[in-house]
Amino acid sequence: MAEKVLMKGNEALAEAAIMAGCKYYFGYPITPQTEVAAYMSKRMPKVGGTFLQAESEIAAINMVIGVAACGKRVMTSSSSPGISLKSEGISYLAGCELPALIVNVQRGGPGLGGIQPSQSDYFQALKGGGHGDYKLIVLAPASIQEMVDLTFKGFDLADKYRMQAMILADGTMGQMMEPVSLELGEVKEYAKPWATTGTGTHEGRNVVNSLSLSPAQLEEWNLSRYERYKIVERDEVMYEEFMMDDADICVVAFGIAARVSKNAILKAREKGIKVGMIRPITLWPFPKDALKKAAGKVKSFLSVELNMGQMVDDVKLAIDCSKPVYFYGRTGGVIMTPDEVLNKLEEIEKGEAKQW
Amino acid sequence: MFDKRITVFMGHYGSGKTFVSVNYAITLAKMGKPVSIYDLDIVNPYFRTVDALETLNKAGVELVVSPFAETNVDIPAMNSKAYKMLDDKSRYAVADIGGDDRGALALGRFYERIMEENNYDALFVVNNFRPETRDIDGALEIMQEIEFSSKLKFTGLVNNANLGKETTIKTILSGVDFTNKLSEKTGLPVKFTSVSKEFADLDEIKKIKNVLPIEPIKYGDWL
Repeated sequence: MAEKVLMKGNEALAEAAIMAGCKYYFGYPITPQTEVAAYMSKRMPKVGGTFLQAESEIAAINMVIGVAACGKRVMTSSSSPGISLKSEGISYLAGCELPALIVNVQRGGPGLGGIQPSQSDYFQALKGGGHGDYKLIVLAPASIQEMVDLTFKGFDLADKYRMQAMILADGTMGQMMEPVSLELGEVKEYAKPWATTGTGTHEGRNVVNSLSLSPAQLEEWNLSRYERYKIVERDEVMYEEFMMDDADICVVAFGIAARVSKNAILKAREKGIKVGMIRPITLWPFPKDALKKAAGKVKSFLSVELNMGQMVDDVKLAIDCSKPVYFYGRTGGVIMTPDEVLNKLEEIEKGEAKQW
Repeated sequence: MFDKRITVFMGHYGSGKTFVSVNYAITLAKMGKPVSIYDLDIVNPYFRTVDALETLNKAGVELVVSPFAETNVDIPAMNSKAYKMLDDKSRYAVADIGGDDRGALALGRFYERIMEENNYDALFVVNNFRPETRDIDGALEIMQEIEFSSKLKFTGLVNNANLGKETTIKTILSGVDFTNKLSEKTGLPVKFTSVSKEFADLDEIKKIKNVLPIEPIKYGDWL
């Protein structure tokens, strides 16, 4: 195995994108993801790629549409307020069925909010920040190695399903440093007969468009896209189970909240409270079946998030409200401590906690 | 080590300048010297000297940092007390500069007076496990960019080879080789090697010339 290097999450993600064959990056600086752009500005010229700092987030996402239409791997990155600006373009990418990778290194909101970490864009990423019937593949890294691996994977999934993949990270994932291995394997190439790269030997023009003049045709497009979404839901779910074998309480958490929760679970175990965790790695497709299966064994669920309670609704839906579901969250850029999560677990164990 | 009134730590983004600066200042304080640490980082939003505030206070090190560091705003500002670094010659000054040439810009308003007083070290902190300083050429490129931007010439090198929690003796010794090579190339002395406390008493480490034992800065239970 190649020797590891020490990298910041944002840099590691950018390097992984380059290794995945992404030669085009369009972005606009915003804390806490600015290092992605800074790294790309240094590296892209060295690999014969294009780094362009657009005049705005809106311009950047529209440049992504252009490159994606040509069938090339392309990405943009931002943090929460910037993703709001990109949302129109993301909807157009979905309508045009163009593969692309969008990175959100989340910070506190709403509005300008703050620059400290947050997970309060879960709804935006999962329930559609833009308009129309569409889904994003949403990947939630919980380590710098996963920032690398999921970026590589994200490009692959986007190409494979002609979809848009989003890395839903948070400020800590972007800013913290950990050793990583950059051995990522082969980049899989996908045929893109729809790309607007000239007529070549085929008849007629390739048109990339999200506008349909006929309602029946637009419905047809949406139906066929949702057929593909079903395959993604069947084949691409990723999650990690932690100490679930004998668990009475199942914590559900992703990203940085999952790291805090892991430490809380270890402390709870020392006190004799049997807690485990299901950590969604893909937030969409959501690990519904794993949660449903867990609901047959555990007494209750606790969703831990850096927001006011967003994923917790999906936990309830996944288990058809068959078991009590609780929530613990901090917001505004505050990270919960393991002891706070432990307190909540103790409340649940004693039957003192209020259900969500 | 410790012979100049002002010590300026510069280097590549993420090379460990803050860790080194904080520990260097604490070590000076433990030797009974009056010392202030000046956080002149205008680049980094998270993981700042202010995380070590309690430790610094306990050691009697004065921290001069932007009031906006680690708040919810992103203002590349410096504390107005930063000039004390030059004015108060009764105290040792340790300056933690932001990464790369962009961070080194902050020295633009100080370098003339630092050179005039001529009682300083400008040290290049390097971790050869960072991808952009993996080889000598990469390190030289960044050194040149920083010197151009800060207008200060480096006077020495600091080996801060580490892989975070996966650091081993091999990691540190590889950094010793690396900084020795960089020293040959630049003619600059290796001032010290910073070593996490847990390794400091090992025989292989004791053989290294000038070791600064480093205490980790506590960030949170999730790291």
